Amino acid sequence: MRRTLADREDVLGVAMLAPALAYIVLLVGVPFVLAILLSFSNASAGSLSFEWAGWRNYAAIIGDPIFLRALRNTAIVTIGSQVLVIVLATAAAQVFRATFRGKHLARLVLLLPWAVPVSLAAIAWTWIFDSTFSVLNWTLKATHLMHGWLYWLGDPGLALAAIIIVQAWRIFPFATVIVLAGLSSIPQDVVEASIVDGAGFWRRLFQVELPLLLPVVAVAVLFGVVYTATDLGVVYILTGGGPANTTQVLPTLAFQRGVLGADLGQGAAIAVFLLPFLIVFAALMLRLARRAEVGAR
Amino acid sequence: MDGVDLSIREGELVVLLGPSGCGKTTLLRMIAGLERPTSGEIFIGGERIDADVPPRARGIAMVFQSYALYPHRTVAQNIAFPLEASGMPRSQIAEKVRWAADMFGITPYLARYPRQLSGGERQRVALCRALVRDPKVFLLDEPLANLDAKLRNMARDELKRFQRQVKRTTVYVTHDQVEAMGLGDRIAVMDRGKVRQVGTPEQVYEDPVDTFVATFLGQPPMNLLELPGALLGFRPEHFLPAAYYGAREGLRSFPLAVRRVEYLGSDRYVYGNAAGAGATVIAKLPATIAMEIAEGTEMEFAVPERTLCYFDAATGARQRR
Repeated sequence: MRRTLADREDVLGVAMLAPALAYIVLLVGVPFVLAILLSFSNASAGSLSFEWAGWRNYAAIIGDPIFLRALRNTAIVTIGSQVLVIVLATAAAQVFRATFRGKHLARLVLLLPWAVPVSLAAIAWTWIFDSTFSVLNWTLKATHLMHGWLYWLGDPGLALAAIIIVQAWRIFPFATVIVLAGLSSIPQDVVEASIVDGAGFWRRLFQVELPLLLPVVAVAVLFGVVYTATDLGVVYILTGGGPANTTQVLPTLAFQRGVLGADLGQGAAIAVFLLPFLIVFAALMLRLARRAEVGAR
Repeated sequence: MDGVDLSIREGELVVLLGPSGCGKTTLLRMIAGLERPTSGEIFIGGERIDADVPPRARGIAMVFQSYALYPHRTVAQNIAFPLEASGMPRSQIAEKVRWAADMFGITPYLARYPRQLSGGERQRVALCRALVRDPKVFLLDEPLANLDAKLRNMARDELKRFQRQVKRTTVYVTHDQVEAMGLGDRIAVMDRGKVRQVGTPEQVYEDPVDTFVATFLGQPPMNLLELPGALLGFRPEHFLPAAYYGAREGLRSFPLAVRRVEYLGSDRYVYGNAAGAGATVIAKLPATIAMEIAEGTEMEFAVPERTLCYFDAATGARQRR
């Protein structure tokens, strides 16, 4: 019989991998390398010529108080929202583990924030936090939980809190699904053994279920941290980095300096700045996940 | 699960024996409080526990088939877990763990994780974790099923010695009749949610109440021959060449058309058809009977009358004659 193309695994393999490979190289790899190169240049928008600038861009941003503020904000927002996400996702997973009427509908609703485009969601949230029409404020007032008025996006502290809330809201459904999957992978026997051994709800949660969930939670946190630390949309739409640059995070600042301010070199430096930290963090989390997994077997 | 009426004496080891799906594990889980009976009552030590008494307040300890050790805790932490849950002071816990570990010979492994142990060692850790709470009742769910055959005999012996030593009431679930016969003070034979018979190993083996118990126990199972209006049962090991019994009183003998002889080392199984009855019967000859048996021939076989059992042909219930 004649050898057809389908028999030639070497050719077929290359042919099938090519589109994915092209996508990654052209749309991820090239811009990534370009960003790193740009961060060491004095390139600006509107001009094609640029020169090697060494570490000058990095030196400039490290001495810049707005950059330091943005770095601090990125850390606060990322850590704050992820702590919130872990607590909420663990609690929600407990709820969704039970069987109740309308569970499928509830799960669909739960997943909605994940499915909604970031920009649409952020616009909706600007109304919730609006200085005059804030649904949140009206509700708090109507239930007598608050006197006076909160200017959510006008006060630097409250604005950061608002950003944390939105970021947590966005990531939490995804984390819940991951934790749910993790819960169902815990051997039922082990959970029952802890019940017979006399453990109550909290002991079971903190000493049996959560430790066994560790690898899964580590992956969820890794995703959450990367998504939050590199997100531009939420802050850009909610506060635009304001008031007076107090809620800038690295992606918004990079966008402002690099694209709006036309200083491509400095923008790239700001954007690339987090990369080494995220790489180290990802390596740590993946190692934790693997170690815990090996331990469980 | 229906019409289960079982009372277990203090310090006794009762085996729940039956095929998979017969409800033996469900019954055990109801005693443990992991499942709720829809109706009926369960008592432990005179105290009714079926309704709202949670597992931890029942004074029970359970060993799972998979051992269900906590994979993220060391052996010592595994054993300490039920004690911590009961709020015992730390110094006392350490002492108790050491005592229990000594008893099972697992002291050298205290700092290891379950994954670093062999199957037999894990099983002992699971038993140790159960013992350390000082329960009123031990519930064991197929604790030997995950051990390889060689280890299982030793573990069975160890288990029995240990149970005698602590003299604790034990409910033991298994589908393995050898385990049941070897370990049980009494055996409850179960089928389709019902307890068919409760009795000592001798009682259930030699005096079965129905054809289910008769054919579930024994390897190979009891032969059943159709008689007019009844079933005649006899054990393969009692069904021997008539020449072996010699001219003795009280023998029931009939010719057997030998179809096949299986040589199994310690035994020979002879498959054949009893004259007048279509059914296949099996004879189990110990290696000590060296008599030659040729396939395709007819031979006179006999059973002692006192070992015969009669069953109702329709219901399978035992008939006393």
